[in-house]
Amino acid sequence: MKKLGIILNGLVNENPTFVLMLGMCPTLATTTSAINGLGMGAATMFVLICSNLVISLLKNLIPDNVRIPSFIVVIATFVTLLEMIMKAYVPALYESLGLFIPLIVVNCIVLGRAESFASKNGPFDSMLDGLGIGLGFTFALTLLGMVRELLGAGTFFGMTVFPDRYGALIFVLAPGAFITLAYLLAIINKIRKVS
Amino acid sequence: MKKLQSSLTNMVLSLGIIAIAAAALLAWMNRLTEEPIRLAELAKQESAIKEVSPAFTNSPVAEEILTSSADGEQAACYPARDNGRLVGVAVKTVSHNGFNGDIELMVGFTPEGNIYNYSVLKQGETPGLGTRMVDWFKTDKNRQSIVGRDPARDNMTVSKDGGDVDAITSATISSRAFLDAVNRAYGVFRQVSGQLSAAPVAEAAPADTTGVVTNN
Repeated sequence: MKKLGIILNGLVNENPTFVLMLGMCPTLATTTSAINGLGMGAATMFVLICSNLVISLLKNLIPDNVRIPSFIVVIATFVTLLEMIMKAYVPALYESLGLFIPLIVVNCIVLGRAESFASKNGPFDSMLDGLGIGLGFTFALTLLGMVRELLGAGTFFGMTVFPDRYGALIFVLAPGAFITLAYLLAIINKIRKVS
Repeated sequence: MKKLQSSLTNMVLSLGIIAIAAAALLAWMNRLTEEPIRLAELAKQESAIKEVSPAFTNSPVAEEILTSSADGEQAACYPARDNGRLVGVAVKTVSHNGFNGDIELMVGFTPEGNIYNYSVLKQGETPGLGTRMVDWFKTDKNRQSIVGRDPARDNMTVSKDGGDVDAITSATISSRAFLDAVNRAYGVFRQVSGQLSAAPVAEAAPADTTGVVTNN
C-alpha cells in the first residue's frame, strides 16, 4: 500500500507540472502534438527511473560536497544513452523532439527528485518515485499536447477530427502553450480545492 | 554503510570513479548504436531519393557525387538509373535564409532538367505557416506548384519578387528560402548533368543503346 502511495504521490499530489510547476521549458516547447508530449514524457520517465535507481544505490559512496556534480554526471550519462538509443531506433521521434532530449540533463525535475528523494530512500522506493513522477509528467505533457493538437490542427494523436482550416493556429505556436497550460492549471486547481 | 566523509581524497575518488564508469558505459553504448544510427540515416536518405526520383534499380547513394554550388555551398547529387539508363538526379542542397534555421531540401530533376519532385529534409519554420512548404509547392493550384517546371524557362522566385511561383500565404520569407534552395539545386544539377550522362554506367545493365538519354 505504501509502495502504491509513492507512485500516486508523483501522479497526483506532487504532479511535477500541475502542482510543483517544475520543468516548464520542455512542457511548453515540446507539446505541439499529443505524440510529442507522450514521447517527451516517456523519455524523461526513463531518465528519472534510471537516475533515481543509480543515485539511491550510490548515495553512501558520494560525499556530500560533491553530490550535485556526481548526480549531474549520472543523469547526463543516462540522457546520452537515451539519445543514442532514440537516434538509432526511433529517428523520427528524435528529430521532432530535437534539442529537448539533451536538455533533459538540466530538467529540474530529474535533479530535484535525485536530491529530495533518491538520496534519502532505498533503491526500490526511488525507482517507484521515478515511475510516479515520470507518469505524472507524461500525463501532463500528453494532456497538454492533446488539447493543443486538437484546437490547433484538428487532429487527435494524428487522426483528423475536423479539417485543419478550422483550427486555431495559435494553439500550436508558443502563445497557445501558455494559454492551454493556464487553463489546465485553473481547472486542476478547482478540482483539487473541491475534493 | 556509513556515508563517506567529504575529505579531499574521498571527493576526488568518488567523482573520478563515477566519471570513469559513465565514460565506459557511454563508449560501450556508442559502439553498440553506431551501426543502427548509420543505417537509420541511410534509410532516411534513400526514402527521400525514392520520393523525388522516378523508379530506379541502382543504388543512388552508392553513386553519390559530392560537390559544391556556384556560391560555395555543400551539395550532393544522387543519380537514379533504371537498368543503367539515367532517369533522374536527386540533388541535396541547403538554404541559410530560412525563417528559423537552415532549410535542407532534396530536389529531383529529370535528365532534361525539369523538376520531378522535392522533399524537405530539414526545416524549422513556423508551424502551420512556413512548414506548409512540405506539400505547398507540389499542390497543383494557381502557380504554386514547382513540379514539372523547368527552371531554365521559368523564373523560380516568388511572384512578389517578379517570379513565376506563388509564395505560401503569410510565409514569404520561408518561400523565398525554399526557392533559393531549389535554384541552388538546379545550378548543381546543371554542373553535374553533363558529367553524369557521359559517365560509364557501373551497374551491369542490359545493352540497351536505344534507351540512353543524352542531356539536351
